[in-house]
Amino acid sequence: MTPDDILRELYDKTLVGNAPAVLELTEAGLELGMGPETLLFDALIPSLEEVGARFERGDFFVPEMLIAGRAMSGAMNRLRPLLAETGAQTVGTFVMGTVKGDVHDIGKNLVNIMLEGAGFHVIDLGVQVAPEKFVAAIQEHQPDIVGFSAFLTTTMPMFKANLNALQKAGLRDQVIVMVGGAPVTQEYADAVGADAYAADASATVKKAKDLIARRRAAVPV
Amino acid sequence: MHTVLRSASKQVVIGHDQPFCVIGERINPTGRRIFQQQLRAGDLSAIERDVAAQVAGGADVLDINMGVPLTDEADLLARAITLVQSRTDLPICIDSSVVEALEAGLSVYEGRALVNSITAEDDRMEAILPLVKRYGAAVIALPNDHDEIPMEPEKRLELVDRIVRVATQEYGIPLEDIVIDPLAMPIGADPAVGQAFFETVRGIRDRHGINTTCGAGNNSFGMPGRDQLGASFLPMAIASGLTSAIMDARSPLMVGAVKAADVVMGNDEWGMAWIAAYRATQAAAATT
Repeated sequence: MTPDDILRELYDKTLVGNAPAVLELTEAGLELGMGPETLLFDALIPSLEEVGARFERGDFFVPEMLIAGRAMSGAMNRLRPLLAETGAQTVGTFVMGTVKGDVHDIGKNLVNIMLEGAGFHVIDLGVQVAPEKFVAAIQEHQPDIVGFSAFLTTTMPMFKANLNALQKAGLRDQVIVMVGGAPVTQEYADAVGADAYAADASATVKKAKDLIARRRAAVPV
Repeated sequence: MHTVLRSASKQVVIGHDQPFCVIGERINPTGRRIFQQQLRAGDLSAIERDVAAQVAGGADVLDINMGVPLTDEADLLARAITLVQSRTDLPICIDSSVVEALEAGLSVYEGRALVNSITAEDDRMEAILPLVKRYGAAVIALPNDHDEIPMEPEKRLELVDRIVRVATQEYGIPLEDIVIDPLAMPIGADPAVGQAFFETVRGIRDRHGINTTCGAGNNSFGMPGRDQLGASFLPMAIASGLTSAIMDARSPLMVGAVKAADVVMGNDEWGMAWIAAYRATQAAAATT
């Protein structure tokens, strides 16, 4: 296989969520001497973008999105250490979790897939994430953004509790806070003092990129 | 075992030897922005329309949820229940995770309500079961705790055992007034959840003989052809022992599947309800 074949196949197999083939092709590409950025930016990310676009249009369904995400994650586990070595700047780091008291994770997982698909490094804390766990993860991973997900009107108040915990830990100004979930609205996000709300996975990616670009422009690193 | 629900004038019995109980689910503003704005402005007219549609579709009980962010949910739920009781004689399932809202709803409700819901968490049981007892209601219980929704049926059944023990022994709730929602999960996110659900429902029936319910739509989340999937899921669950579901009664496919399951299960004796519904459909077709 030529590098072009690898990229084309990698794109196609990611699109249909064939995790074993995606991992094999990733290995094959590396053996051919292809750079990890090439595999990521010229095959995996465009493929996941296409998956996301099809999902948005209603042409793809939840299982298709999940298996494509799983296929990409498998490749990312292989590529991430190599990418770190090359020192390529990541799009951004995103710590994500479903708030305490809430066990819904499908929406959050779809958002994670889209974020990874857009080149973000996503650290998923899972469900039922207590404020102190968010605080600890932010201290450990120094993310650009932290995302709180809630599916219930009764767990949405945890946004405020999380924000208070960040404030108390002196982290509030270091990290962009995004909120989302079925019952969440822009109005509610404003009321609790979050930096941004996004209604769906692709809106999250778009807003996350904008917010990071704005912050990086404002604060010279 | 029979769970008896009542409005001021009507009684509904849930049981393994009874026709399946359809709990109409649409009176819920979650994810409906316009409905939320109306409710926030004190306009409850959309509720009347939703109630009429659920009743026409064949609901036996109505689930009422008024979870609108940034509002006084207790006040809203109490007003909604009073309104619904003035429009229909179906018993009501009072749906909120806010304890004050459940109490406000129970205090204005005429009859014997179904409270939705508690979990296996001690604080939820401690806050809600005394209310259930005081108002003589029945209660839906979910087998999850602070840590997780266990995926293995055996672990869920252990939580059911715990709920049953605590509710009956510590709070004096009659066994027949506990309805377990074994948590139907989306098949699109994990192909194993269908079988696990059926196994849990069977386990609850075999161990405790008590009634069960579920959000019927959960199973098909994220999939195309959701009504068709629901119309398959429900009869399979019924065969495993499911006795009610919170579902959209506006779906003829799902309601039809449930009514057919009643015949097959022997819970629509001699198929009389099935035959009567068939004749009514024919008569309606003949007059148009």
